[in-house]
Amino acid sequence: MAVDLANPGNFLTTRLRQAINWGRKYSLWPIPYGTACCAIEFMAAVSSYHDLSRYGAELVRFSPRQSDLMIVAGTISYKQAPILKTIYAQMCEPKWVVAMGVCASSGGFYKNYGTLQGIDRVIPTDIYVAGCPPTPENLFHGLLLLQDKIDREGLVASAQRHGEQTG
Amino acid sequence: MSEKLVQALRQEFGADILAASAYRGDHHVTVAPARVTAVLRYLQQRGGCEMLADVIGVDYPDREQRFDVIYYVRSLSAPRQVWVRVSVREGEAVPSACALWRSADWHEREVYDLFGVPFAGHPDLRRILCHHEFEGHALRKDYPVELGQELSAPEKLFSDHDIARAAHRASLAQNPTGAGDEIHPSDLLTVNLGPSHPAMHGCLRAECLLDGETIVEARAEIGYLHRCFEKEAEDHTWAEVMPYTDRLNYCSPMLNNVIYALAVEKLLHVEVTPRCRVIRVIVSELSRIIDHLVCVGTNLVDMGALTMYWYTFYVREAMCQIIEKLCGSRLTTNYARIGGLSHDLYPGCEDEVRTKLRMLEEAVRDVVKLAARNRIFLDRTVGIGAISRADAVSYGLTGPCLRACGIPYDVRKVHPTLDYQEYDFDVPTGEDGDTHARIMVRLAEMVQSKRIIEQALQKLPAGPVNVDEPRVILPPKAKVYGSIEGVMNQFKLIYEGIQVPAGAAYGCGEGANGELGFYCIADGGGRPYRIKVRPPCFPIYGAFTHIIKGGMVADAIATLGSLNIIAGELDR
Repeated sequence: MAVDLANPGNFLTTRLRQAINWGRKYSLWPIPYGTACCAIEFMAAVSSYHDLSRYGAELVRFSPRQSDLMIVAGTISYKQAPILKTIYAQMCEPKWVVAMGVCASSGGFYKNYGTLQGIDRVIPTDIYVAGCPPTPENLFHGLLLLQDKIDREGLVASAQRHGEQTG
Repeated sequence: MSEKLVQALRQEFGADILAASAYRGDHHVTVAPARVTAVLRYLQQRGGCEMLADVIGVDYPDREQRFDVIYYVRSLSAPRQVWVRVSVREGEAVPSACALWRSADWHEREVYDLFGVPFAGHPDLRRILCHHEFEGHALRKDYPVELGQELSAPEKLFSDHDIARAAHRASLAQNPTGAGDEIHPSDLLTVNLGPSHPAMHGCLRAECLLDGETIVEARAEIGYLHRCFEKEAEDHTWAEVMPYTDRLNYCSPMLNNVIYALAVEKLLHVEVTPRCRVIRVIVSELSRIIDHLVCVGTNLVDMGALTMYWYTFYVREAMCQIIEKLCGSRLTTNYARIGGLSHDLYPGCEDEVRTKLRMLEEAVRDVVKLAARNRIFLDRTVGIGAISRADAVSYGLTGPCLRACGIPYDVRKVHPTLDYQEYDFDVPTGEDGDTHARIMVRLAEMVQSKRIIEQALQKLPAGPVNVDEPRVILPPKAKVYGSIEGVMNQFKLIYEGIQVPAGAAYGCGEGANGELGFYCIADGGGRPYRIKVRPPCFPIYGAFTHIIKGGMVADAIATLGSLNIIAGELDR
């Protein structure tokens, strides 16, 4: 974005893509898909000491239809996987997914008959946050990475991603 | 006390008691399947063992009678407990204990799910932890640990037939004479709570049939966070199981660490050092405080009291900082070791604990001040979600939920380990067993935990934190790099694991939600043959649908919060 020097008081010039992405990245509405230990750390990240709202993502919505960022916090079992898929499908485009913690990212140290080995086997995932569980700072780092990613996206990036997924 | 009980059983049943054994103070009796109900009834009604605390399955593929089913019954007032073992062949049924205890329902379903042992006379023998499309039985020794099975779609808990029956029952309850309007099945609304609903605290699920806002029928489903702790434990060495215990009740991992270490030490017959015992008490009680803070804070949010959440989480954060400094992680601590601790307290820890305990006192006072006379809070909690004493015992409730009913059962008093008998503390109890009593008991318990920690800090003795026992504790690094014995010792302990003599023992302690126990079977090698966790949440959630039936759907959420079900421990 730049200030128009001829009319410094009245105009900003920018690209449409940048302006929209700027709005999108600083007003993420997360839906926590919390299942386990990571959800407790997510609660700590939202609450007063760490305060997620400093990064513009504090408006936690508990309906997938009102959210554009899904934070999968915790282990996803095979029993849980179809439900995760359904909830993701209920979110409107554009939408992003953060896998918080190693269980959501890869199954972690639960390599066994009950645990899905990473959520990217059922839904497209944008950011993987390491840690078991990640500290709130770790999650914020993941969020900042996601904001960078959103900033670089084209306007139809997530639609394209969706297209790639199905086709 | 338990010996006398076994003697009485022998007198009463004679040759029907096929065998009786005592190992490390735990008494087992073996009976034939046909006599198990009679023995359990005797224990319940005349032996003073009023609670069925757990049912344990074990698989011995080389034996003709392949499966052991072990009923663990205990008294709530005295250290009196006995394990009743039944051995059955593949496909042979064990008579169900559902008629005696309601807790038998879920415990037996778990054994059926994971081992495939049928229970004769069980009213609802379905899978409970694995999903309904799962094939085979996961805890059998021949089931591969990594063989996952995908699920195509979640299960519906109510069929049309169930809904019609519930409508009929609700009509009868409303109009016993048959006069007046009938409730039609289409009048009932099916509401599915969870497993991904934020108010369901993790991934719990309950499907409710509503008439207006009243719950006329409810069914609970668990297993959405089944991370196969028990199967993983069989695949790791005794020491490697420790980090897995962190993630059982992830709100109070220190307690899990300490109690697991106690259980294995009981099998090993190792006594930890005095300094270690006191530090374990301190971290356990800190953990209990953190757990209760999370529970009370989130429970009050369920009722719209967001301020309490800020107050409780602020202190929790302060406590977490101690835990983080102590072991490098806020939540998954992995601090205790079999035979000691991973390391001593950090310098200045005692003072920091004292300072932060003062913060806790303030926060508890603030929360009580805000809530105790608040009209909305009282309306939402007093008399809501109540469970009677008899039901609480029958369902196997322990911990704050049982104490809220007025039964002062606390493992720290009945079975003191870690010298808990030397500390001066009270066991807070409630009366009505409702949501209000549960919250108040938790708040009072935090104050008691603070008292315990203060006494522990005062008497903290000097000395080592680990036992001087090379077969259990890793040698110091200087020895590993400086001597061949040290290298070998380290190598053996890491690769082969601590060699635990063959036998079975049960170690338990007061977890944040009740009696947390590990029933460990060793075969003489470096890996557990079987570990069965006795999770306090499992029986509590078993009682959940019973508690919420007849109440309002909004109260179900507040009730659930006050029960403090932790999915990691519930599903393991």
